[in-house]
Amino acid sequence: MRVQLFGTCLVDSLYPEVGEAALRIFKKLGVEVSFPPGQTCCGQPAYNAGYHEEAKGAAEHFLSVFTGADPIVTPSGSCAAMVKHGYPELFRNDPKMLAVAKSVAGRVYELSQFLVHVLRVHEKNLTGKGKVTYHSSCHLTRMLGVREEPLLLLKALKGLEFVPLPDAVRCCGFGGMFMAKLPEISIALAEEKADKIISTGADTVTGGDAGCLMNIADGLKRRGRAVKVKHIAQLIAEGL
Amino acid sequence: MSTQTSLNFRANAAKAIKDAPLRASMRNAADTFGTRRTSAMSAVDFEALREKASNIRMNALDNLPAYLEQFTTQATKAGATVHRAHDAAAANQIITQVLKNHGVKMAAKGKSMVSEETHLNEYLEKEGIEVVETDLGEYIIQLDGETPSHIIVPAIHKNRQQIGKLFADRLGVPYSEDPQVLTKIARKVLREKFLTADAGISGANFAIAESGSLVIVTNEGNGRMVTTVPPLHIAILSIEKILPSLRDLPTFIRLLPRSATGQAISTYVSIITGARKPGDATGAKELHIVLLDNGRSDIITGEFREMLKCIRCGACMNVCPVYRTVGGHSYGWTYPGPMGIVLTTLLTGLKNSHPLADASTLCGACNEVCPVKIPLVDLILKQRVNKVSQGLSPSTISLGMRLFQTAAKSPFLFSLGERLASMFWPIMRMFGGKDIVGRLPHPAKTAFRRRFK
Repeated sequence: MRVQLFGTCLVDSLYPEVGEAALRIFKKLGVEVSFPPGQTCCGQPAYNAGYHEEAKGAAEHFLSVFTGADPIVTPSGSCAAMVKHGYPELFRNDPKMLAVAKSVAGRVYELSQFLVHVLRVHEKNLTGKGKVTYHSSCHLTRMLGVREEPLLLLKALKGLEFVPLPDAVRCCGFGGMFMAKLPEISIALAEEKADKIISTGADTVTGGDAGCLMNIADGLKRRGRAVKVKHIAQLIAEGL
Repeated sequence: MSTQTSLNFRANAAKAIKDAPLRASMRNAADTFGTRRTSAMSAVDFEALREKASNIRMNALDNLPAYLEQFTTQATKAGATVHRAHDAAAANQIITQVLKNHGVKMAAKGKSMVSEETHLNEYLEKEGIEVVETDLGEYIIQLDGETPSHIIVPAIHKNRQQIGKLFADRLGVPYSEDPQVLTKIARKVLREKFLTADAGISGANFAIAESGSLVIVTNEGNGRMVTTVPPLHIAILSIEKILPSLRDLPTFIRLLPRSATGQAISTYVSIITGARKPGDATGAKELHIVLLDNGRSDIITGEFREMLKCIRCGACMNVCPVYRTVGGHSYGWTYPGPMGIVLTTLLTGLKNSHPLADASTLCGACNEVCPVKIPLVDLILKQRVNKVSQGLSPSTISLGMRLFQTAAKSPFLFSLGERLASMFWPIMRMFGGKDIVGRLPHPAKTAFRRRFK
């Protein structure tokens, strides 16, 4: 089996260790991975800010880079949702591009979705450690409908104690450009999320989106708590 | 073009965030309503119900002129006088005229967000007519000279200590923070008002085209008092509140209280058809119904028409992470939260209110709970697109987005940008602000793309 890995800009520039973890998972499972070198950003920052012409530029580039028929896997629910739902919306009046967008949208998987539904990783022998809680990112759950997959994976990590996060589905306040446009609210929400995480007594919080995890890490830092923040790809790579 | 408006959402929000009692009140109330809603909804097939409700509302909007005509005919037949008001000023004038014709000195008022939209109380007071709000929450904020901060729970931002102090200051009663004692105090004052008011003013949740009836959903019973005790009743509602038939009502009675307060049904559901007829035990002798347009006829023809499906339950605000953090007053106009973002920009113009378009993380919690399936996130996104196309987005962001597009189309420039950011991070941190760039981790020295083997 072959997959194309879409690293996403946040992982590429801020969290390369998440990309490396995804890579380790695929290598271990004998999946051949290609990393289309022309890839940049999916265009979501422009799309969500209302700059749809600029977002189209990024989308056209993405569609020209991710060609072929292999599944496209990305360690981000938000970026996957952008390609799956945002692109068809951007090109709704352009039949030729819309067809391309829809075909690419059909090949896109968020990492945990792919690990569960295609590779059935949750049925393998995995090990984990520590007390871990999970934040369910908004676009991952509400736009992609990925709710159970990350939990199945976490529960498959033997030795890891999973503790549910109260109000796990509440937004952490990242929101892409939101964190820059309304930082006071973004910080307040990150702190509130941090308080909930601290209340679980977990030593690690995990999730499926680097953006949210970044905001959560900031909230925990503000609360002065040394709770580890790890992408779910890292926990699985460690446990395989 | 200047992108300034009189509405400074960010400054309002920043101030609200520092208000600890406000934050605690908001958190408690939003959590309580959220939990109750979830539990009440588990007893019904929410998806099927809201699909049905959405279709009924869409049909009503698609044929609104015909339904309004039918409503007017039927309500008139039942003995009501129906007025059409093009805008807020017209509605206020009509109501004032009716009150003056009857020599009204004091009117008791039930909860009405539409009257907040027209600033009716202010208008009537200038005309020398006393207005007393009789919904407990509305009464509290009227005493304090405030506006509602939630469309269902107007005093959601206040705690009982603040209300106790307010009552002691304004009503000269001994201080108490016991909700039961406070409610009794308000009831005593308000009972007197119901009995002595020359007129009652109310809103309405729905207007039934087929029968010309008004439907009012309340919990406190004040709605029934203001519509039946005084000899004159004036109802003000916006034109989109139409439901074609009474047969459509049960769907909404299942959805509205569950969505709003998590009740299976509200304490009272009043259906008022016309004025009191000979032989009727209760009812106002004279009923006037004011149908307010205020821009809605235009909205109905455009890309935001689905917003008019709204039944004002407030569920979207209770689940909104932004609303529950900053409170309703931060939004600066009548309607707060996700529905308020869309409605305010539509009713007051994007030029006056565009900062609101940014007041969402696009988390989608509102879409999930809306009982009439309004795609709030998509509508907010549309407003951001309009904001950009109308030149209302700051030029620095527009420039940044053009640069972003250039880099996103060129892997070379993109990679170069990443390297430069990593190299000059300390400087970027210094100028990027501690609350924005300061919250990002240091970019990796070697990006993932250059590590991939």
